Amino acid sequence: MFKSGIIRSGYKAALIGAALMSTSAVVSAEETIKVGVLHSLSGTMAISETTLKDVMLMLIEEQNKKGGLLGKKLEAVVVDPASDWPLFAEKARELLEKEKVSAVFGAWTSVSRKSVLPVFEELNGLLFYPVQYEGEESSKNVFYTGAAPNQQAIPAVDYLMSEDGGSVKRWVLAGTDYVYPRTTNKILEAYLKSKGVAAEDIMINYTPFGHSDWQTIVSDIKKFGAAGKKTAVVSTINGDANVPFYKELGNQGVKAEDIPVVAFSVGEEELAGLDTGPLVGHLAAWNYFQSVEAPVNASFVKTWKAFIKDEKRVTNDPMEAHFIGFNMWVEAVKKAGTTDPDAVGQAIIGVTVPNLSGGYSAMMPNHHITKPVLIGEIQADGQFETVWETSGLVVGDAWSDYLDGSKDLISDWRAPMSCGNYNVKIGKCGGQGS
Amino acid sequence: MMLLRTIAVLAASLIVASFLATGSVQAAGLDTAVSGLKEKSFSKRLKAVGAIAATGHERAADILNALSSSKAFVAAPDGKVVIPDAASPGTYVDAITGENLGAIDRGSLKKVRINNRMRGAIRDALGGLTLRSKDRGRRLAAARTMIASPDAAAFENLTAAIAEETDAEVRLAMQRARAASVLASSAPDADKLAAIKLVQAMGNQQAISLLAPLAAGEAGAVADSAKTAIAAINSTLAVWRNAQNVVYGLSLGSVLLLAAIGLAITFGVMGVINMAHGEMVMLGAYVTFMVQEVIRQTMPGLFDWSLLIALPLAFALTGLVGIAMERGIIRFLYGRPLETLLATWGVSLILQQAVRTIFGPNNREVGNPSWMSGSLEFGQLTLTWNRLYIIAFALTIFALLFLAMRFTGFGLQMRAVVQNRRMAGSMGIRTKWIDALTFGLGSGIAGLAGVAISQIDNVSPNLGQSYIIDSFMVVVFGGVGNLWGTLVGALTLGIANKFMEPFAGAVLAKVLILVFIILFIQKRPRGLFALKGRGAET
Repeated sequence: MFKSGIIRSGYKAALIGAALMSTSAVVSAEETIKVGVLHSLSGTMAISETTLKDVMLMLIEEQNKKGGLLGKKLEAVVVDPASDWPLFAEKARELLEKEKVSAVFGAWTSVSRKSVLPVFEELNGLLFYPVQYEGEESSKNVFYTGAAPNQQAIPAVDYLMSEDGGSVKRWVLAGTDYVYPRTTNKILEAYLKSKGVAAEDIMINYTPFGHSDWQTIVSDIKKFGAAGKKTAVVSTINGDANVPFYKELGNQGVKAEDIPVVAFSVGEEELAGLDTGPLVGHLAAWNYFQSVEAPVNASFVKTWKAFIKDEKRVTNDPMEAHFIGFNMWVEAVKKAGTTDPDAVGQAIIGVTVPNLSGGYSAMMPNHHITKPVLIGEIQADGQFETVWETSGLVVGDAWSDYLDGSKDLISDWRAPMSCGNYNVKIGKCGGQGS
Repeated sequence: MMLLRTIAVLAASLIVASFLATGSVQAAGLDTAVSGLKEKSFSKRLKAVGAIAATGHERAADILNALSSSKAFVAAPDGKVVIPDAASPGTYVDAITGENLGAIDRGSLKKVRINNRMRGAIRDALGGLTLRSKDRGRRLAAARTMIASPDAAAFENLTAAIAEETDAEVRLAMQRARAASVLASSAPDADKLAAIKLVQAMGNQQAISLLAPLAAGEAGAVADSAKTAIAAINSTLAVWRNAQNVVYGLSLGSVLLLAAIGLAITFGVMGVINMAHGEMVMLGAYVTFMVQEVIRQTMPGLFDWSLLIALPLAFALTGLVGIAMERGIIRFLYGRPLETLLATWGVSLILQQAVRTIFGPNNREVGNPSWMSGSLEFGQLTLTWNRLYIIAFALTIFALLFLAMRFTGFGLQMRAVVQNRRMAGSMGIRTKWIDALTFGLGSGIAGLAGVAISQIDNVSPNLGQSYIIDSFMVVVFGGVGNLWGTLVGALTLGIANKFMEPFAGAVLAKVLILVFIILFIQKRPRGLFALKGRGAET
């Protein structure tokens, strides 16, 4: 809503003001539990985050239909941090201090999470973070419902090394130049070397955000792949740069049978902007695909399409993460009988709720959750088809076992340890990181 | 995987060879082989693929083709494997007998799932089965597959095929495939040396990958010869790689040119710092999306023409938006660059958010027409058609704009207003209209660029932002107010970028280019081609 002062202050300012309009104030009713939604609705990341805002509104609406929580209605407080990292911190503060929300669901990029982290720790709020990330972090106030590297990257590489995945011997690690790909690739490189892959069989390539000219890199990949050993590309290329990357792959004739590309940031939403005909067989590793055959998923997809009023809209992995995270929070509040962050934070550990792939996910003491890992192949209709999955659930690992600085660290937020980075070697809390 | 593949192809080729000898078609076994497709695990279905190929049945190729395009199904009631009937679309045939079963409800069909490993095996098996197909294209594809995945056992099959082959290109491919199979076998050294010669003549990466295992193998004449061959191929490839960098650079440069050329008019000629330029490009891309959407729903046959239809519409729409912007905002701000910058930036945010509200924040699918898909192999270069067309399109737009500025009445008036506004006004030129039209022209050209860029980049509300910085860079580097400067600037930056990328990486290459431009502007503040005359001073 405009403040009247803005309207009076003139024509030009109003134009800019209209674009910057951010807070959508929801009419507040008596006695509600407020839930904060902190996702960018404008700017670069709106492409991915708007959907997550919508799914949160849907989950809250569904919960209210079931009678709300603790006898009260839930109320969504949506703010727009506009893909601006410092603004994330400001908006988080607004949610916690002014709106006094009970929990916040939000953030997408690692840098936005890092920017809000101190705010949540200072004001003792709860943040549910729904996106796969690089790990190496554990906070008392953050619940990581997306995949840690050992729930996505490592199993994907294992699959490709297996006979079914093509017994890959040579690896291209291609990523966008920022913290998630760099850390993931560091972990993968260490992991591959521990499996006996020689240094000359690993090619690492970074590109800027939104890179759109992939001619040289795709032709380099083809060259690297022509050395007589089975080659695969592990892609941590970020959302926007993927469409031109896949178009170039298709046009230069890189077939999945020859050089498969397994991506960690490409889901159903990203494929929606692409003709997937030439990409059939390229892979993605996630904990959920829309195509998963489970009754709970079928009803989720149906509810989503009805809520968003568009039959063509797809569901994806971060949406499932919010589904799990939201339900865990609801269960924890019921268990604790209050929305007090400390009580909920203790109650939520061990809470188990259904995930969308037909099983159950549990919140672990390190604030990560258990998930199945699925490998899917891209189909001509823009969906994925699961070709492999882990036999059981994988526990998210906050600190990677393959990096020197972090392999001795564990995280356990239950009393009496209550520590995010306990060093088992020296037996002390506070080894590294926050 | 290699082993299984080899077994599959071995079996296929042996049996194909034996049929040819007896001339009989052996139907037995297809039944059991096809029912293997109903198995649950990928590895069992993979075996079924090998078994189907091994029957050498005349229907095997059809079944495998359907399987590879995910069009083989298990029909619900009786568990028959069915594939679509090529002769009458919408109906299915029994995979084994080929008998037409009529239309089947999609709900009662369960797709036979395949994975990459099966796709590879199917491709190899089809190679063995279609080596003697009547269709030239299929024979060629089969031979090429056999070069890519060489198999020692294919030797006899290939020799027989070569003897029959009449087409020179296909025969050459088959001979190379045979050489590849010799290299993979334990043939005597003399044969291998001859094969190395044949493979070396291919002169590409594939040849290197075929020779590499030999060069790394036991020392001796074969290893030495393979090493020399690899060295020779590598030195030729190095030359090609430079050519490739030039072409890739031209392609990148042409995209920069397209994005910048509209700005060369609004910023270069009129001096308006137009931060909303990128959004004009975005609007052009969305026009393409809408045109394609309408075509998809109403007349799919026109899809290949969608871009040509989108061009005038994009030009008209963005041109009008440009004129409206000039009339509504910019004309009040001439001579106040800072305010112009802020106001146009505001407009860019409004346009972005408007598009986001109307079309949603997600990428929109803009398809490539068939004539822009795929690539052209020229020597050792892979040139993708969409990039080639964009190079041509950028140069055409440049030429048209240049001619329009030079030889039309509007162009003359535009140049007159730029050089001396008051004099032009007193000669009876309506300078205000010329301003609006010039701004409209610049914006319209940005819209045209959007149509082209929709073919290679995301169509999302953020599209424009990724091009605005590059566009200013090109215009400033080339020389403000000079179209030639924009052309030379764009191509230079494109080619320089592509020569740096292979060793510096994409991130560093971009940084180096920026540093270079900053240094260059210190030395020549007016850019490559400085405009001389009165207009240049303002």
